Amino acid sequence: MLDSKTPQGPLADQWTNHKNNIRLVNPANKRLIDVIVVGTGLAGSSAAASLAEMGYNVKAFCFQDSPRRAHSIAAQGGINAAKNYQNDGDSVHRLFYDTVKGGDYRSREANVHRLAEVSTSIIDQCVAQGVPFAREYGGLLDNRSFGGVQVSRTFYAKGQTGQQLLLGAYSALSRQISKGKVKMYNRHEMMDVVIVDGKARGIIARNLVTGEIERHSAHAVVLASGGYGNVFFLSTNAMGSNVSAAWKAHKKGAYMANPCFTQIHPTCIPVSGHYQSKLTLMSESLRNDGRIWVPAKAEDAEAVRKGTLKPTDIKEEDRDYYLERRYPAFGNLVPRDVASRAAKERCDAGFGVNDTGEAVFLDYASAIERYGKTEANVMNLENPSDEKVRELGKAVVKAKYGNLFDMYRQITDDNPYETPMKIYPAVHYTMGGLWVDYNLMTTVPGLYAAGEANFSDHGANRLGASALMQGLADGYFVLPYTIGDYLADDIRTGAIANDTPEFMEAEAAVKDRLEKFIGNDGDTPVDDFHRRLGRIMWNNCGMARNREDLTQAIEDISALRDEFYAKVRVPGKLNGYNPELDKAGRVADLLELGELMCKDALEREESCGGHFREEHQTEEGEALRRDDEFTFVSAWEHKGAPKDAELHKEDLVYDNIELKQRSYK
Amino acid sequence: MNLTLKVWRQDGPEDKGRLETHQLSGVTGDMSFLEMMDVLNDKIIREGGDPVVFDHDCREGICGMCSMFINGEAHGPGRGVTTCQLHMRSFKDGDTITIEPWRASAFPVVKDLAVDRSAFDRVIQAGGYVSVNTSGETLDANAIPIPKADADEAFNAATCIGCGACVATCKNASAMLFVSAKVSQFALLPQGQPERKRRVTRMVEQMDKEGFGNCTNTGACAVECPKGIDLSNIARMNRDFLSSSLTGE
Repeated sequence: MLDSKTPQGPLADQWTNHKNNIRLVNPANKRLIDVIVVGTGLAGSSAAASLAEMGYNVKAFCFQDSPRRAHSIAAQGGINAAKNYQNDGDSVHRLFYDTVKGGDYRSREANVHRLAEVSTSIIDQCVAQGVPFAREYGGLLDNRSFGGVQVSRTFYAKGQTGQQLLLGAYSALSRQISKGKVKMYNRHEMMDVVIVDGKARGIIARNLVTGEIERHSAHAVVLASGGYGNVFFLSTNAMGSNVSAAWKAHKKGAYMANPCFTQIHPTCIPVSGHYQSKLTLMSESLRNDGRIWVPAKAEDAEAVRKGTLKPTDIKEEDRDYYLERRYPAFGNLVPRDVASRAAKERCDAGFGVNDTGEAVFLDYASAIERYGKTEANVMNLENPSDEKVRELGKAVVKAKYGNLFDMYRQITDDNPYETPMKIYPAVHYTMGGLWVDYNLMTTVPGLYAAGEANFSDHGANRLGASALMQGLADGYFVLPYTIGDYLADDIRTGAIANDTPEFMEAEAAVKDRLEKFIGNDGDTPVDDFHRRLGRIMWNNCGMARNREDLTQAIEDISALRDEFYAKVRVPGKLNGYNPELDKAGRVADLLELGELMCKDALEREESCGGHFREEHQTEEGEALRRDDEFTFVSAWEHKGAPKDAELHKEDLVYDNIELKQRSYK
Repeated sequence: MNLTLKVWRQDGPEDKGRLETHQLSGVTGDMSFLEMMDVLNDKIIREGGDPVVFDHDCREGICGMCSMFINGEAHGPGRGVTTCQLHMRSFKDGDTITIEPWRASAFPVVKDLAVDRSAFDRVIQAGGYVSVNTSGETLDANAIPIPKADADEAFNAATCIGCGACVATCKNASAMLFVSAKVSQFALLPQGQPERKRRVTRMVEQMDKEGFGNCTNTGACAVECPKGIDLSNIARMNRDFLSSSLTGE
């Protein structure tokens, strides 16, 4: 049984008490301690900047050409915080409750409560850094709603909130780089973590430009390397997003928790062809005002697919606003897992609206009309024409969601102001990740995981606008405190040598692996295997899963992995800039992770959040949890082949929330 | 559609570089430009060649990593888009497309179409921040109301993705649009005021040190900017720079 090291005492006091009682490192001693941070997204940048401000010597690594490009930059909709500026009944407790419920009761109470507590500081901090959040005419901050909640607690900067928050963290990081407190390594990839005497003491990195393998030592290592949605090949993740840093840590002893918990986001632009390299998200914020529907009659759906019927010509009574129909209390703002499954259900039943049959409509017509009427009232227009109302309404929608509408038009060549958008669920986020205790430390002493790379706060389903909150909470306000408790033992250790046998062996193993890729006598590009892995994962470990498919998938992935090593062609040189070589290493790791995900999904004989086992559903087709047997975190220990991983459990205890069947009706 | 691609190949910053010609078929209009490049690289790898190196990551127009000079234009034809959001429907069957890297002495070529833009990072490090520690113990976020118009304009400036299209487009390889966008974001917000003069002085100094050229007000940068960063930012920066030079900070 795993020990989460959750502090004692009442939930609301745990974090404060913990901070008051953990050990500190005095400023003079911090200067003697080195910390490595891998990844520069919200969690990594904020952690690196905060640790450096406190006085630690930080080395930060990113594979992109600048820390500002980490994939947090692409987050669109917003960031949650329990500020209750809207006076709509929000509170720390309500944010905590919504998050645990939204995660279908598979997250750790103490972590989620801490997240809700520090959420308010995040907004204060970001505003102080000059992050230009959206404001109302009175000069105060504006909010909007996201799925799974009944309050407006989401702060945003148009559809580019992640960009603005990351640039804020990047500016804090840049300030520390200029002071020399952070040494930044751009275009570097972590190849392995080095364990000395049972503790994480450094990493092996590759300079992606020169190909040089480097040994970096430190007193602690923080992985903020993001999620692994790219195991599905097609996802909303960036092309370079990968699991390698986390996976290497897993192979060196860090347990992987709930790897099968994947978030399939309901509102993405549907797949259009075989060549497709990634999917594009349309922010969940669009569900604030957009209405989701399919034709109510199968023959209308058929005609729409053939292109003989325009959606705008389908009468109101012939439309099935299925989310509003099934979930009247939350309507279009049900959580992501629920909305995604509902879309799949309609499309499987033959009501899909594009030529692949895998798309539903997201319609702005009524929002345009509603906003237009309000504007006309504000402008004192009497009996405005329908055309005028639409014009005014479109202007409001443009101001709120303009960049998203532009993006949609750019990709699909369709005008979303005139005709409903077509959307379909796509892989977006992974709730699973490295197991961490309350201090964000993995099962390897001195090895920490923050942000999407850890598993801690979202349970089986993440609510919208909570990823940004968690990344910054971990990096700014949690890890900088908790890491001190561990490093307090290291004030007399002195610099860690990077030429010990442990470093040399890890370096040799990395070089050996890379040489094998380059020397392989294959004929098939890396992407080919990645695409095939993605198809196996999507078909068997996607929105709906069952025993038979998962069992088969484990075998298929194992076979694909063997084929990969036999037939992959990695062109170019070892010493030099070679993106195909980088990709080969990442896909090799994904080929192992995928197998573990399927095993995890197979062994979790229940449905919860994004994990839907067809064998376990209610009569209405909702996820059916089995709390008696599965109220635990699955943490997997590496034992050779992924399918041989050993299960460890962390029991989830709910002292403050009653476990209920989730209902959004 | 069938295309003739003339692609810049260069082994490293010291290599002279050359255009290499490829014939590519099976391209469809719904492909993004980078997906077309994927198809090209797939073909090259299967034929035993060395694929074309190009920078890319998010493929949704926000990370700022992709950077191609296509037919003489940064991010190719079309306004308000990055290379990853450019779709092949902007081209027609039989077209010849010339693809080059950003060209500026401050952006040395890493390989083929990838360039080194760390000069931008160093300009930000020189002062592109508000010096506030990340304690969370700051004022309440609503303590200082900010007029919506100012907040919106600061946001508009802050949407710069740091791709470098402005530099690549400018005949002098000037970075004024990039630098002024960051200077403006903070100049428009109350939080940016205490360091306003010091910030602009230091960022401009660093910009000059990196070897970017001077601004001659042709405005080409703003035309090619995928995020529509406005020229008025440059005017604002010039005013701030002059005023801080005169007041000696």
